Amino acid sequence: MSVDAPLRPAETFDDKTTRAPKRGRGPRESVMSRSAAMLIMGVFTLYFLIPIFWLLVSSTKTLDNFNTSAALWFTPSSLQDGIANVGRLFTYDGGIFPRWMLNSIVYATVAGGLGTILSAMCGYALAKYRFWGREALFNIFLGGVLVPATALALPLFLIFSKVQLTDTFWAVFLPSIVSPFGVYLCRIYASSSVPDEIIEAARIDGSGEVRTFFTVAIRLMSPALVTVFLFQFVAIWNNFFLPLVMLRTQSLFPVTLGLYTWNSNVSQYPELRTLVLVGAFVSIIPLLIAFLSLQRFWRSGLGAGGLK
Amino acid sequence: MKKSKFLSAAAVAVAATIALAGCSAGSGAGDSGSDTAASCKASTGKVTLNFTSWVPNMDKVVALWNKENPDIQVKVSIVANGNSGTYKNFFNQLKAGNAPDIGQVEYDTLPAFRVQDGLANIASCSGVSDAKADFSDGLWNQVTFGEANSVYAIPQDSGPMALYYRKDLFDKAGLSVPTTWAEYAADAVKIKALGGNITNFAKGDVNQFAGLVSQAGGQWFSTDDGTWDVNLTSAESTKVADYWQDLISKKLVNTLPSFTDEWNNAYNTGQDWTWVSAVWGANTISSGAPKTSGKWAVAQMPQWTEGDKASAAWGGSSSVVFKGSKHPAEASKFLVWLNTSKEALTALNKEANLYPASSTGADLPALTSGVEFYGNQAIYKDFATAAENIQPFTWGPTMTQTYSDVSDGFGSAISGSGTLSDALSSGQTKTIAALKAQSIAVK
Repeated sequence: MSVDAPLRPAETFDDKTTRAPKRGRGPRESVMSRSAAMLIMGVFTLYFLIPIFWLLVSSTKTLDNFNTSAALWFTPSSLQDGIANVGRLFTYDGGIFPRWMLNSIVYATVAGGLGTILSAMCGYALAKYRFWGREALFNIFLGGVLVPATALALPLFLIFSKVQLTDTFWAVFLPSIVSPFGVYLCRIYASSSVPDEIIEAARIDGSGEVRTFFTVAIRLMSPALVTVFLFQFVAIWNNFFLPLVMLRTQSLFPVTLGLYTWNSNVSQYPELRTLVLVGAFVSIIPLLIAFLSLQRFWRSGLGAGGLK
Repeated sequence: MKKSKFLSAAAVAVAATIALAGCSAGSGAGDSGSDTAASCKASTGKVTLNFTSWVPNMDKVVALWNKENPDIQVKVSIVANGNSGTYKNFFNQLKAGNAPDIGQVEYDTLPAFRVQDGLANIASCSGVSDAKADFSDGLWNQVTFGEANSVYAIPQDSGPMALYYRKDLFDKAGLSVPTTWAEYAADAVKIKALGGNITNFAKGDVNQFAGLVSQAGGQWFSTDDGTWDVNLTSAESTKVADYWQDLISKKLVNTLPSFTDEWNNAYNTGQDWTWVSAVWGANTISSGAPKTSGKWAVAQMPQWTEGDKASAAWGGSSSVVFKGSKHPAEASKFLVWLNTSKEALTALNKEANLYPASSTGADLPALTSGVEFYGNQAIYKDFATAAENIQPFTWGPTMTQTYSDVSDGFGSAISGSGTLSDALSSGQTKTIAALKAQSIAVK
């Protein structure tokens, strides 16, 4: 397939050149560049969607069919096998999988939401107040963006051990509400989109600083907040190493760690393989929902910012 | 993709561990060996033990214990398997002082925990010395390290090795089961002529290779009073390496990475005819190659000398009591029940498909009757025979590192640069360096 791909489009290329100029709507752009762009986008769309399609197809197969049938197409019994797989997934081991999903949702939405508000407050303060050491503090945050979260997992484990919080909900929740990148983004956004004049006006009208932040600034910053929330949500959802180090009670696991636990046993307990596949597919659904429902705000925000 | 992400994460963690270990050196990690069996006093009142394992359904087995022992309640955590992060977690928890009371550790990793002084000596706990009679000497030696008056773990499951082969294909080709490695190599040529491969040599299965070396009578490690001797390039080890190198060079074996879909497929479609593997492999074949049901059989491993009866082990776990547990007496009592009582062994076999290390387990009904997938052969009886012939083998304190270095070398040999012996000699050098880096005495 990778061999055919660059060859085939060259033919379609030619017969489009003859047809395309008749359309002539909107700004003119060369047909060549447009179809090249389409081609590249098409290739990348396939590149990104095929693994997900494979996951969908694989989660509708029994273990026998998984090993024997074509990898990228359904089997005649896919519908009932798929339903049976999902049923088994949700009941296996006393229904531990829905528990993991719920944990992930709580970690990602609550910690993500709280983290977004903290980032917004922090970024706003750094952008709008002048105080001693402000730049130094901001530079430390910037440094924090560069430190990968995985490098911090082990020091965090030792610290949490000292206060006896390992293997608890808080061990994953507390580190998740910190986001240096969110602070950075909020500061940049606040300094460009919250005019000093508006804050002054609010002060003159007698609004306190906290009220100004929550009623005025936060609305102006909302597009950035959606972005920060999405980033946080995805980062927490995919966070795997921190829970791996911190947790050993299965009922506290997020879904990533739970699936990893199953997957690490596949060579000795092969029946877990279908559960891992179906589980992986089910676990991306909340991410899809979050993105599709929030991207509207996100896009309109970016657009509004661009017009100013 | 997830795996590589994890590996890089793990590398970071290792770097951090080394850095941290540097700060806290001397806090008791070095001065092992001196502690002979400490007193093992029972606690008073109700006790709760934490138990970390990766055996699926272990909670169901433990529930049987909890029902009958209201004063010793066991809380199970089921986590990812040892090399997928749990061993590192154990080491971190030992450092932080919050390790569970009981944990699962495979035989090849026990020495790593022993040299870090992470295991409690339970030799004087009641019932432990009586349990010795339940296990073969070789296995018991794995959990005592040959130290006097010491027991650091109770064997749980074991992985005696034998030869799985496609009986139907052998019959059709007019071949009999190879009983020596020479016959095995001769059959490889005949099978190749028929378009098949006698087996698959995977670069990642260094622990399988270690089993083959131990069957030939070789040792990779030995220890004398805390000083380690590394010998990956002994005569026996080199003999085994040259044997398989010959098969690889002549392209008589498949070389796919093991436990993958393509590897399953090679067995499922009859391209690969045999597998020298452990007892747990029975399940791997039956689920990975469902189309071959009824066509397999099990024989003892081929021998280096006609008429010998040597076997080896691949995998298997023990249960340990971690240093720092406040209740070693209760923990040992539970472990003796878990790994030697008929009730627990039956449940472990039924719920988790474990092949018990204890001799009490050998006559469970499930392990003495015929298995349909293997043409109704009572294969577990054959594995029980193999288990009696397992050659003793000493594992080193840095097996994860040794496995990965040797595996890299095997990978090169399979792709045609270098040989398996080269891989062993570079593994030898790197293992000695790794031991020195951990300030472990090496000869």
